[in-house]
Amino acid sequence: MSKGKTEGNDMEKIKKAQADWEKKLKASEAKKPPRSVRFTTLSDMEVPLLSTPADLEADGFDYLRDVGFPGEYPYTRGVQSNMYRGKLWTMRQFAGFGSAEDTNKRFKMLLAQGQMGLSTAFDMPTLMGYDADSPKGKGEVGKCGVSVCSIDDMEKLFEGINLGEVTTSMTINGPAIVILAMYLALAEKQGVRPEDVKGTLQNDILKEYIAQKEWVVPVKPAVSFVTDTIEYCSKLYPNWNTVSISGYHIREAGATAVQELAFTLADGLAYVEDCIARGMKVDDFAPRLSFFFDVHNDFFEEIAKFRAARRIWARMMRERYKAEDPRSWMLRTHAQTAGVSLTAQQPYNNIVRVAVQAMAGILGGTNSLHTNSMDETLALPTDESVMIALRTQQIIAEESGVGNVVDPFGGSYFMETLTNRVERDALAYIQKIDDMGGMVAAIEKGFPQSEIANSAYHFQRQLERNEKIMVGVNKYQAKEEKRSLNTLYIDRSVEKSQVEKLAELRRKRNKPAYDQAIRQVREAAENGKNLCGPIVEAVKAYATLQEVCDTLRSVFGEYREAGSF
Amino acid sequence: MHGQKQQENAQSRIRVLVAKPGLDGHDRGAKVIARALRDAGFEVVYTGLHQTPEMVVNAAVEEDVHVVGLSILSGAHNALVPEVVAGLKKAGLTDALLVVGGIIPDEDIPFLKQQGVHMVFTPGAGLGEVVDYIKANAPSRS
Repeated sequence: MSKGKTEGNDMEKIKKAQADWEKKLKASEAKKPPRSVRFTTLSDMEVPLLSTPADLEADGFDYLRDVGFPGEYPYTRGVQSNMYRGKLWTMRQFAGFGSAEDTNKRFKMLLAQGQMGLSTAFDMPTLMGYDADSPKGKGEVGKCGVSVCSIDDMEKLFEGINLGEVTTSMTINGPAIVILAMYLALAEKQGVRPEDVKGTLQNDILKEYIAQKEWVVPVKPAVSFVTDTIEYCSKLYPNWNTVSISGYHIREAGATAVQELAFTLADGLAYVEDCIARGMKVDDFAPRLSFFFDVHNDFFEEIAKFRAARRIWARMMRERYKAEDPRSWMLRTHAQTAGVSLTAQQPYNNIVRVAVQAMAGILGGTNSLHTNSMDETLALPTDESVMIALRTQQIIAEESGVGNVVDPFGGSYFMETLTNRVERDALAYIQKIDDMGGMVAAIEKGFPQSEIANSAYHFQRQLERNEKIMVGVNKYQAKEEKRSLNTLYIDRSVEKSQVEKLAELRRKRNKPAYDQAIRQVREAAENGKNLCGPIVEAVKAYATLQEVCDTLRSVFGEYREAGSF
Repeated sequence: MHGQKQQENAQSRIRVLVAKPGLDGHDRGAKVIARALRDAGFEVVYTGLHQTPEMVVNAAVEEDVHVVGLSILSGAHNALVPEVVAGLKKAGLTDALLVVGGIIPDEDIPFLKQQGVHMVFTPGAGLGEVVDYIKANAPSRS
């Protein structure tokens, strides 16, 4: 083989050869037409049959500027220089159901099976800042996650687990500041040093108004709670990830890949701006911001999304906010396979979907991953199905070899042009949101909400017309579907016992200390002070989740969404 | 064309309430269904999120709907549905067609039907299926 520029790399020759090839293609397709008139990604982006060096040239592709090296700006190829050779992605299965004791057992099972970090799912009442004895949460206690009403529950949730030795992720947003306070108070009680408290609070309230729809107060005060936690933790808990800016729920609600990317990054920019407006320096807090994306069915589109996400964030942080610390530029992300892609029909097929999605997340360079269980469209997962989901990651990690190489799609004509396209389209959305006055204003106008609803409806219509296929649902249906899966059943006894425990807690606690602590939360809220310190004191005085949230609601009001569709 | 117009007029008299009882925030399905029903020519009222059973009943009575559709993905159906049923009965809206959609385990469906739910749609149900069911079963009222 000769070195240097060879004839086969001459762009003019390539273009000419391509034109000849296209003629032949046309002739062959005249005889045997393609299976469809349009070939699109899941998000309905048309994809080319073939990409060549000419496409990269047309895109103005610049390797060092746009792709570069892993662990280096703009991080298109990943945030670590040797990626999974140094450390595999964190296998983190989201778990939570029933009582704190039930979930504690599941946590211990997952740790014993080789899981590397914990991830907590809370039930609907907890996510909305209501205690288990609130009439609003009737029937929902312990159903979609664990019920945590007080520091007592938090203690039971992590019983026998040293908070200095695990990393914990907590998926909660509206009342995140209260749940964080319980966790920090528990860590203190266990004698854990603040720098050893490691984990992630989801704490991404903007995507709640956009997609997940669990909130406590209106948008503006809610964003200031987020900023409070960022300010508090960046001083006292330097290794805690304060916000996990999440596209997952946006995607699950029906967004396209581009919408997921754009709205998530725009949410991140809104938090950055709120912190800067409060006088914080970008490099003091940005390194602890983390992300969370969906990994859906369309293999290439998802990989491109992760690559584009890192590049856009790095450039925004460096160019727009003048961050100097490389850790501020890095988009570190968790990923979860797409719950919405799973089918109740022929549920074992979901194992395969999850494996394909997990592979895309890993090839996209995620830092942490949750793989869904096959039965999640029917109920919360059983121990057995959670194990298969975890083993899926372990098989990819240990047997497939994909973790041995960094960003193997880097340089692919198709992948690089797709990454550019996803980036361009996302930036156009971000520009639109900037023009509206930022994400808070856009949410108040209902913009991301209606864009997502449109995409969800568009996709459903495509399914109805068989333009998109879900195996087992609108193609390859089973003649007679027998549901043979055992599913997890949460009974109402959890609700009953939580209600009893709350009554006992209120009876036993030191009333004057509780009153005093709640008064201090109220005063801090009324005077625009950082709420973290007073809330930590309140939960130590056995104030319940709802008691703190009601105090906040009484100062800031409640959020109501217009029921548009 | 003329026939279609007539059909639309007839259907426009069917009023459907799409409701999200409980604290469950998963509203993708409810919104998609609401649009599909509207596109099929029904008059659709969507309650928005986080409704108590009482609020759902009040909306159904106020709008005098023919159909009440409950969307529940949180597992709380066995607690919430009987309360909606009791409320509708108490309010005298006894002929309304009651349908439930969401994550409903097969083994819970007989209980819901026994409570008075006419139909349960689970994941994978088609929009056309829901529209056709309502067309065929909505009560006729003047």
